[in-house]
Amino acid sequence: MNTIAESLSVALAMVMHLDPRVTAIVALSLGVSLTSTLCSAAIGLPLGAAVAIGRFPGRDALIVALNSAMGLPPVVVGLVVYLLLSRAGPLGPLGILFTPQAMVIAQTVLIVPLVAALTRQIVDDAWVEYREQLQSLESSWLQSTLTLLWDTRWSLLTVLLAAFGRAASEVGAVIIVGGNIDGVTRVMTTAIALETSKGDLPLALGLGIVLITLVLALNVGAHVTRHWARARLG
Amino acid sequence: MGDAECGGLPIAASRVDVVRGETQVLSAVDVSIECGVRTFILGENGSGKSTLLRVLHGLVAPTRGSITWGGSGLRPPRQAMVFQRPVLLRRSAAANIRHALKLAGVRGANSDRCIENALERVGLASLANRAARVLSGGEQQRLALARAWALVPEVLFLDEPTASLDPPSARAVEAIIRDIHALGTTIVMTTHHLPQAKRLADSVVLLHAGRIAEHTPAAQFFNEPRSAYGRAFLEGERL
Amino acid sequence: MIKRVAKFASALGVLLIAGMAFAQPPFIVVASTTSTEQSGLFPHLLPAFEKDTGINVRVVAVGTGQALDIGRRGDADVVFVHDKVAEQKWLADGEGVKRYPVMYDDFILIGPESDPAHVKGGHDITAALKAIGEAKAPFVSRADKSGTHAAELRLWKDAGVAIATAKGPWYRETGSGMGPALNTASGLDAYILADRGTWLNFKNRGHLQIVVEGDKRLFNQYGVMLVNPDKHPSVKKDLGQKFIDWLISPRGQAVIADYKIDGQQLFFPNAGTDS
Repeated sequence: MNTIAESLSVALAMVMHLDPRVTAIVALSLGVSLTSTLCSAAIGLPLGAAVAIGRFPGRDALIVALNSAMGLPPVVVGLVVYLLLSRAGPLGPLGILFTPQAMVIAQTVLIVPLVAALTRQIVDDAWVEYREQLQSLESSWLQSTLTLLWDTRWSLLTVLLAAFGRAASEVGAVIIVGGNIDGVTRVMTTAIALETSKGDLPLALGLGIVLITLVLALNVGAHVTRHWARARLG
Repeated sequence: MGDAECGGLPIAASRVDVVRGETQVLSAVDVSIECGVRTFILGENGSGKSTLLRVLHGLVAPTRGSITWGGSGLRPPRQAMVFQRPVLLRRSAAANIRHALKLAGVRGANSDRCIENALERVGLASLANRAARVLSGGEQQRLALARAWALVPEVLFLDEPTASLDPPSARAVEAIIRDIHALGTTIVMTTHHLPQAKRLADSVVLLHAGRIAEHTPAAQFFNEPRSAYGRAFLEGERL
Repeated sequence: MIKRVAKFASALGVLLIAGMAFAQPPFIVVASTTSTEQSGLFPHLLPAFEKDTGINVRVVAVGTGQALDIGRRGDADVVFVHDKVAEQKWLADGEGVKRYPVMYDDFILIGPESDPAHVKGGHDITAALKAIGEAKAPFVSRADKSGTHAAELRLWKDAGVAIATAKGPWYRETGSGMGPALNTASGLDAYILADRGTWLNFKNRGHLQIVVEGDKRLFNQYGVMLVNPDKHPSVKKDLGQKFIDWLISPRGQAVIADYKIDGQQLFFPNAGTDS
């Protein structure tokens, strides 16, 4: 109990004094996770919709693969991306290991299956409702994909919030490909891991509280936006 | 919007079978839909009405047999369909029509004019910017009709369009169907409601367990059906 | 709408790529150990180096084994660890250029207040380990191919305990860095071999305290090496060598000696000696 009370006051102090090191870590966390969420949206939304509407051999296997990949362990993803980006690996010449770019890549790989699999399910359900009407209107496969993505946008927003949550909260992937370098690739989760390993539990938990509060704030914002927009545009 | 023509007619189904899994939904169906004739497909639940409608529109491919539109095996453009429950996108009423026009290759100022016209004709002009999904059931179905009408279809298929509507809305929809037909669109429709069929049909196709029991001009059918099943069917309804 | 999305996406892509080419001050990547980082040495040492040379140092702090592996892959420019045997093998494999001794600190044996093996106050590490093995008192090992782990294994050997066969449920291998291992030891009230630096900075001690120190065998030597630029052309050999030269220079050595926790000096510079 003491530790928790202590952590709350540490968290409050950090926020009040806007410690520049903490601010930098928070900014980097948000930047990396928001970027990877956007990238995964760009890949996962069309992919999920295409699989939902398309009919091709191996479709069922692909759906199972996507669903299973939602449970990819972050450390494994981190390790694979590390091996790819290492100088000794195929993408070595890019020289982006131990940089925020590497972290974005690793997190994107991690959450694309989540976005694609859930989008697939949502669009699939919508397709049942819309299929005949869209076929009657002679909507092409591509046009239907885009129409359904836009029509299910509120459900898809929730998917993206889930993806962001997963990205912002994971530590296994970013710590391996980022190296937790002070001032360069240290994000909230890796900072928490470090402080925990140094035995400074109140500070670690304080950082944790800040992280949770940020994710909560983002979700509140999204919820309010959704309500407002829904009332206006249906 | 002008008058429709008949390039994609007659719609000729020849020895069409439709099998789904273990069930034979349609058997040896031969039917021809002629230009300008309001054809109503009647029958009990499970008789295959909806499936036949979809075969004629090209949404369902026959398992055996053939279907041609104006002599061609390719489904022509400018056919539209309205379903029992209107399928509308999560956008405004006008935007729904714009979406359909865009798919048909109509954009910009042309599109705007068509939309205005269509909404006007179904009495929804004041609701153009309202979200389609918050409209009432009757308004939504009228919007679906407006969307179909904006495409100036040669043939309009309707699958029990008034089944979910209250009587005033149903009457409004019937009036719109009459207007569309008056401009030259061929109507093909299914319904459970015999008085409605009596009011609107020129020709009746009666289905029984996936087969055509008879295909008769409406006036004759409602007076003196040609088939025994037809008589039983009307008998049953009258009771 | 699609056009707007496409424009936004391409702007994002440009930003991402631009970020990679972002004009930064010159920097090197140094693979070092968790003990070095968690003792707090780097936040004291590196700003001085950056002030003197303008070179930014990015430290990836992992176990010695992993640090050497990072060097082997060419993902770091300099390696700064504390396992002479492993370092010399690494050099022999052609992975590095030359080993320079930099400084030493010492290991200490940490144990619970209850001291079940009765080793407190002693100055003979091998006797203490022997006692712990016989008493089967709880002992936490890092078991992560780190310098500390290598030292621990050597000491078991010197104590005449064949730890590979003698270990039982009392010997807990966590496979982790010094801090997490200390957390575990604190939670289990177990003995653990730690480097003094991490211990002094460690805040979750529970009932743990220093039980044995001062034995010459607990001496822990640090060495620094440049990753072989012939093997890995991407290595920044000039900047990396500058770092090494600075570390062994009188200035660098003074900064190292200057680092204190609670008034206690942690690292003893010994560049130029044969260590």
